[in-house]
Amino acid sequence: MTWLTWRQSRAQAIAAAAALAVAAIVLALTGPNLAHLYDSSGIATCNPYRNCHSLAGTFENKLSKIDAVLYLVGIGVLLLAPALIGVFWGAPLVTREAEARTFPLAWNQSVTRTQWMAVKLGLVGLLAMVTAGVLTLMVTWWSSPLDTSFNVGGSSRISLTRLGPILFDTRDITPVGYAAFAFAIGVTAGLLIRRTVPAMGTALAGFAAVQLAWPIWIRQHLIAPVHTVVALNPGNIFQIKTINNRMILSAMPTFSQQGAWVLSSQIVGQSGRTPEITAPSVCLGSNMQACQAWIGRLHLRQIVAYEPASRFWDFQWTETAIFLAAAVALAGFCVWRIRTR
Amino acid sequence: MTAVLQSRGLGKRYQHRWALADCTLSVPAGHVVGLVGPNGAGKTTLLNLAAGMLKPTSGTVEVLGARPARSRAQLARVGFVAQDTPVYAGLSVADHLKLGARMNPGWDAALARDRIEHLGLDRRQRAGKLSGGQRAQLALTLAVAKRPELLILDEPIASLDPLARREFLQSLAEFISGHQVSVVLSSHLVSDLERVCDYLVVLVASRVRIAGEAGGLLAAHRRLAGNQASLEDLVLHYLSRSADPAAEARR
Repeated sequence: MTWLTWRQSRAQAIAAAAALAVAAIVLALTGPNLAHLYDSSGIATCNPYRNCHSLAGTFENKLSKIDAVLYLVGIGVLLLAPALIGVFWGAPLVTREAEARTFPLAWNQSVTRTQWMAVKLGLVGLLAMVTAGVLTLMVTWWSSPLDTSFNVGGSSRISLTRLGPILFDTRDITPVGYAAFAFAIGVTAGLLIRRTVPAMGTALAGFAAVQLAWPIWIRQHLIAPVHTVVALNPGNIFQIKTINNRMILSAMPTFSQQGAWVLSSQIVGQSGRTPEITAPSVCLGSNMQACQAWIGRLHLRQIVAYEPASRFWDFQWTETAIFLAAAVALAGFCVWRIRTR
Repeated sequence: MTAVLQSRGLGKRYQHRWALADCTLSVPAGHVVGLVGPNGAGKTTLLNLAAGMLKPTSGTVEVLGARPARSRAQLARVGFVAQDTPVYAGLSVADHLKLGARMNPGWDAALARDRIEHLGLDRRQRAGKLSGGQRAQLALTLAVAKRPELLILDEPIASLDPLARREFLQSLAEFISGHQVSVVLSSHLVSDLERVCDYLVVLVASRVRIAGEAGGLLAAHRRLAGNQASLEDLVLHYLSRSADPAAEARR
């Protein structure tokens, strides 16, 4: 069974290896230069209260266009890779045999269906995980200078924190869990639908829904966020709305924790409740500075909920374990289903 | 004599339609059994149930005294060639032989090699590029080289041209004569079965209309219908006779 599975997925394995080899060459050609730029930038030893911001800025300005493009391509490829694995490796695993009507051939060798399904799931699933693993290893290494720079750059830079929705999904070990899960979704969809194209569509929709919903609604509940109260810096106010003479403020949190994932911030008054501020005449004009100075005298505060950067690996392990467990559960369902058909 | 295939009240339902209903039959060992009947009689369903491809909705089926496909050992005892003689289109002839060797403990490599040579198949040829007759021969090779005690063939020659059909039956007959094996072969072409079968089961609307050794049945029929009567005449005689009005109504 191992031999047949290998023979049937050989072409996929070769294609994956070729794609990884191309990626490895491109990253190996450009990565050392990027690492060198970073090493000489002084970001690694910068002081967050003094020069991190400016050092990061200098470093980022020295980057070539190719580096910037490769950085984004790396993120894009790692966001798409699990979905592609689910669609092109997972979904056809069973439907291909259903459509070619080769079940009678496969299931009348001296191999039980349980074994047939388990070996296919195990081997191709392993191939999916190794592919995603090698890819994320390479991209994480290549991107680490830029990731660090963005993380120490402070709040005015592109908000790409390592714990944030985009970097977290495309770095270190989480892509391995996603790949296993997407593959299992693909196989399950194929097993239930039995036709390749609809199964591919279902797998794609299913995985994309999870991939989108997860960082928005679920990830922050894996480990309860930390709440902290900080004084509102009027300079961080980016929007003032006046409705019925009442002012509604929106402000970035004054927050010095590098790389933290800020989930929410709420402006409160001295009482701890949302302040009811009647708009003064100074804020109805166009003099923003005078208005900010007036707000500053209210001594407002912000309650910030965040996940500290130190939890990065806790989140990585927890999330990878969850997705691997889900993949194993789906695989178990597939084996059960093929036995009882 | 033990039964190679035994079913009791066997039925298979697809949504609201019974493809096979309340089928009770017993096929003795040591024969080449022709399973005959009109389209829709339930032949394919019965053989798929016997090969463990389907699970019965009702009743039981036993093959060589055990539930079909229940274990690797049981799978090794039965060879099955399905209706459209499936092979992996992307795999070569040699790959198929390797597949058989890897997946069957009792694989007879010499038998498989000799058959492929005898048939003149190119081992490097992709199975998808083979003619219908060659594909059927390849599927048969896989089924016989695992050296089964029972070989189940579901209309393997239905889609073949007359020449390929004759060659297929020829090579089947050669295998049977040289090995201890029971065979159940379904077809709606009785003239083809005549060449290889020595036992006949006529199935009409899930019911066994008549079963017995071909020679005996034919002799009895000739006493009624004259010496010119062939096996085909006999089968037609039983197919057209509405012995069971209920079964006729179901058709």
